[in-house]
Amino acid sequence: MSTADLATYNFAYLDEQTKRMIRRAILKAIAIPGYQVPFASREMPMPYGWGTGGVQVTAAILGPKDVLKVIDQGADDTTNAVSIRAFFQKVADVAVTTKTREATIIQTRHRIPEEKLTAGQTLVYQVPIPEPLRFLEPRETETRKMHALEEYGLMHVKLYEDIARNGHIATTYAYPVKVEGRYVMDPSPTPKFDNPKMHMSEALQLFGAGREKRIYAVPPFTEVVSLDFEDHPFEIQTFDRPCALCGAENVYLDEVVLDDKGGRMFVCSDTDHCEERCAGGHRGSLAYDKEAAE
Amino acid sequence: MTDTPLLKVRDISKFYGARIGCQNVSFDLWPGEVLAIVGESGSGKTTLLNCLATRLMPSSGSVEYRMRDGGMRDLSRMSEAERRFLMRTDWGFVHQNPADGLRMAVSAGANVGERLMAVGERHYGNIRETAGNWLGRVEISVDRIDDQPRAFSGGMRQRLQIARNLVTSPRLVFMDEPTGGLDVSVQARLLDLLRGLVQDLGLSAIIVTHDLAVARLLSHRMMVMKDGIVIEQGLTDRVLDDPREAYTQLLVSSILQV
Repeated sequence: MSTADLATYNFAYLDEQTKRMIRRAILKAIAIPGYQVPFASREMPMPYGWGTGGVQVTAAILGPKDVLKVIDQGADDTTNAVSIRAFFQKVADVAVTTKTREATIIQTRHRIPEEKLTAGQTLVYQVPIPEPLRFLEPRETETRKMHALEEYGLMHVKLYEDIARNGHIATTYAYPVKVEGRYVMDPSPTPKFDNPKMHMSEALQLFGAGREKRIYAVPPFTEVVSLDFEDHPFEIQTFDRPCALCGAENVYLDEVVLDDKGGRMFVCSDTDHCEERCAGGHRGSLAYDKEAAE
Repeated sequence: MTDTPLLKVRDISKFYGARIGCQNVSFDLWPGEVLAIVGESGSGKTTLLNCLATRLMPSSGSVEYRMRDGGMRDLSRMSEAERRFLMRTDWGFVHQNPADGLRMAVSAGANVGERLMAVGERHYGNIRETAGNWLGRVEISVDRIDDQPRAFSGGMRQRLQIARNLVTSPRLVFMDEPTGGLDVSVQARLLDLLRGLVQDLGLSAIIVTHDLAVARLLSHRMMVMKDGIVIEQGLTDRVLDDPREAYTQLLVSSILQV
């Protein structure tokens, strides 16, 4: 038997009917910004929690001419990013890249790239728990009703608790936002540092939650406002030092432990951004050591 | 006092299949009036209360409520959004078990502040100040404002629940056995507190209880229920001192005299 007789995967793994179903959910999500659209999430060849939702959204919108970038906590070279990228190379034979600028579709786990996204790009988020009210109200019937009737007082109860316990709003990721003045939405566990980037973004933002079977979206140029109190306004994280490799400021940094004597460094979480700056001649405090080691 | 009642109840019935919850109950509740519904377990008191508070849909009959703008509205014809808004602003509901009415996993301050945030208050300092004031009014020390209700005694939880309900200055409060499960001295303090609050705020209240002492202390008027039917109603003192129905006489005579 020749290989041509063997069954192969459909383009981008999912069958065409499934893709149509997901596309319909995506269109509805775009039409109602921030609203969680239920969809018939499929079993994917990966465990829940590894991005089954994001992968299905990507598979549904991917075309042969697309250029795909996958990031995991900002990095292109971690397990989740590498395996999803390899997956789509195998099942869709699409071009892949690590460059934010060149990508048409960026699937992300918990970061928004530092470089400003432009019109025509689509950012696909992997979402573990799409319901922002979940930890305060366990009943799905009730949270749906609260969304329908715009009863969002409970969200502020959470922020109140934060201030009462810590003196400031201590939620640092999955920070709730209000989309286009209507739906309160969980921006997936991105650091709140990235929340302002969602506001009036030129790129289309799609969110897929595979286990919870929900898709939601923020269309381009949509108002995304982080919730806060008048006397405790929303603030993003700040860092008291620049990236140790490329010297970038006003970017989101990861802490890397260097040894067991308390040595640590802070580096860009967005590896593509960092590499590009290094190539451009920017140097941080530890950059020289790195080159010497090489 | 105005010449229209706050709540107008006509022929409310609730059937659970063939079984009767309550049948053909009619009454008017006037502003500032406290009405007690008494009767033994299973007499339909709580069913009636839930029908009035839109927590249950009555099988037949109508409940009309006078809104703040003065217009009478049929509760069953209101949209769910309006009903829920009414429940968290103009009404209060005090559960027998405080855990049903409180969020046990958030602090006392947030419990009291929740209704304020639900109606759009967005200033942390103001919310906290109001919450602190209300804790004071229900005799909970202000330094407990960041403690969770789990850490409170039964009596404190019940008082916290009352504060949480009264913070939006409601006009009508439903109470389901507010003193159930509390020991006698705590009951006495709670009743004292409730009586003071009801008087100060000019609240109307409907209190379901099987404890005639509670009815005597708090209510102006009472209804006695048996097997889902109101068998006697009138001014509290009249019903308790001069009960007419045989069952009411039995009820009154079965109070323990210490």
